[in-house]
Amino acid sequence: MNWITNSVLPKIKALVQPRDVPDNLWIKCGGCGEMIFHRNLEENQQVCPNCQHHMRIGAETRMEMLFDDDSYNRIELPKPVLDPLKFRDRKRYTDRLKEAQAKTGADDAIIVAHGKMGGAPVVLALFRFDFMGGSMGAAVGDALVRAAELAKAQKAPLVVFPASGGARMQEGILSLMQMPRTVIAREIVRESGLPFVVVLTDPTTGGVTASFAMLGDIHIAEPGAIIGFAGQRVIQETIREQLPDGFQRSEYLLEHGMVDMVVHRKDLRDTLIRVFSMVRDPLPKAVVVALPKTDKPKSEEDDSES
Amino acid sequence: MRVFLDFEKPIADLEGKIEELRHLSSEGDINIADEVGKLQAKVERQLKQSYQKLTPWQKVQVARHPDRPHFKQVLAHLVEDFTPLAGDRSFGEDKAIIGGIGRFRGFSAVVIGNEKGGTTEERIAHNFGMAKPEGYRKARRLMEMADRFKLPVLTFVDTAGAYPGVGAEERGQAEAIARSIDACLSLQVPIIASIVGEGGSGGAVALAAANRVLMLEHAVYSVISPEGCASILWRDGDHARDAAEALKLTSEDLLKLGVIDEIVREPLGAAHRNQETALDALGDAVEANLRTLVGTEGGKLKADRRRKFLDMGKKGLA
Repeated sequence: MNWITNSVLPKIKALVQPRDVPDNLWIKCGGCGEMIFHRNLEENQQVCPNCQHHMRIGAETRMEMLFDDDSYNRIELPKPVLDPLKFRDRKRYTDRLKEAQAKTGADDAIIVAHGKMGGAPVVLALFRFDFMGGSMGAAVGDALVRAAELAKAQKAPLVVFPASGGARMQEGILSLMQMPRTVIAREIVRESGLPFVVVLTDPTTGGVTASFAMLGDIHIAEPGAIIGFAGQRVIQETIREQLPDGFQRSEYLLEHGMVDMVVHRKDLRDTLIRVFSMVRDPLPKAVVVALPKTDKPKSEEDDSES
Repeated sequence: MRVFLDFEKPIADLEGKIEELRHLSSEGDINIADEVGKLQAKVERQLKQSYQKLTPWQKVQVARHPDRPHFKQVLAHLVEDFTPLAGDRSFGEDKAIIGGIGRFRGFSAVVIGNEKGGTTEERIAHNFGMAKPEGYRKARRLMEMADRFKLPVLTFVDTAGAYPGVGAEERGQAEAIARSIDACLSLQVPIIASIVGEGGSGGAVALAAANRVLMLEHAVYSVISPEGCASILWRDGDHARDAAEALKLTSEDLLKLGVIDEIVREPLGAAHRNQETALDALGDAVEANLRTLVGTEGGKLKADRRRKFLDMGKKGLA
């Protein structure tokens, strides 16, 4: 090796070769099939400008969208027993975990952060669907309990954003036990008189839906998200009929009374701030009334008025 | 017609021989007592052998055995004056979950359980023990009533899981299960759950977020059926046997994990061979636990239950 191979050759190559075009500059919309330029998509909060299809977004992006001034603090989460069952299917669970950690740079499928929204404190817990399908094991359960305790300590509302296929099978029965555990987390918030809001994102299914996610004071769904208990394939195999149009989509759930509203991503932050402010300040704003004039000699401060 | 499981075949053969001998002796006057006695002893040895070391997959078969005591037998054997209470007060009556008030060993209690049904007709009527939202909403209604009247709640779990159907989804299966779990956790009276046969997923835990969770020796309790797990993780339902191993769904493993509190031993050859003995043992265990819980202050019962679930999973299988 010398300076030619290290420094000159690459420079020449860079001049001669056409630059590789990153293949993610144009993203195909899962809704209308249109190719969208990545910058347009970013500006539009990962919503297709053409058909308003809401794409899945990462937890970090979402936090930046929601907190005041993109500023928030992530909290340290408990580290539960690793692979409690010594589970192995075609792969070891520990290997699957490592792969997911390497891929995402995250410890597990959830992030908890606190910060301010509209100037008031709020705690957010966000699932990462890219981490083993956002599946709920002990780490997720512990995180939600921790998030609830944090909300209680800060007297802040808790907003959870599930994006999950359900329980994490590799933790067997202990993943099932996260259902009662997360229901307890929600009770901790409820008993503190604080709002517990669930923003159902695509997808929210299985044991996650059948526990804390359906126990919010307010349920907000992102447009077009799949939300349900049983998987569509399982249902189809059971009933052997075509599923209705839009089955298990946000709009379908709204129609059947399971969610309060379907909210476009661009309106989500304002909606949350509005709701929380109403819960926080239930009384009319104090009206400023001028003090009645008295005969007392005017003080110096009053002089400055005129 | 008696049903024999695959691994019970040697036992079936021996018992077939005994039957044959009895039939022969009723025709002629051969003395068969000795021979029958020997065969009977063999049957017992064989039963002991196979039931001592059942594999998880065999346990799944035992837990699903059609002659295993169902909730109706539990009620008939353990509950006096059972008065069923029907309906969720908003949509319908779900026969996959039976609930009501009755007297258990002298204590009046709210008793709730999954019923799979025995005959084909019954099984259809009870939807094979797979409840819809109405079932869980009825369970919740009855638990709330128990709380008002300060009656303990006894649940008996035996379900493959909640029903996966269009109507069930439309009417909020997930919400109904979540609220049923919430109802268990909110009670200020004792709640004791017994896993009698199959404890299938969310549909089971909906009735089992309890102060004490008991489990019959050969029952199974898991987050997903071995077949379902195999088809997702192995992409092949034929790996159900491997999935059953991996899921750790047996009473021994669940006790080690702290998910259940007590194993109720079954008679030789499991509960389907001797329902009465199995149900007596179950009744004794429920009674003993109930006696330790009655009289405890309601707030403490709730706090202890919550603590128990929050602490769950702190230890894995060594």
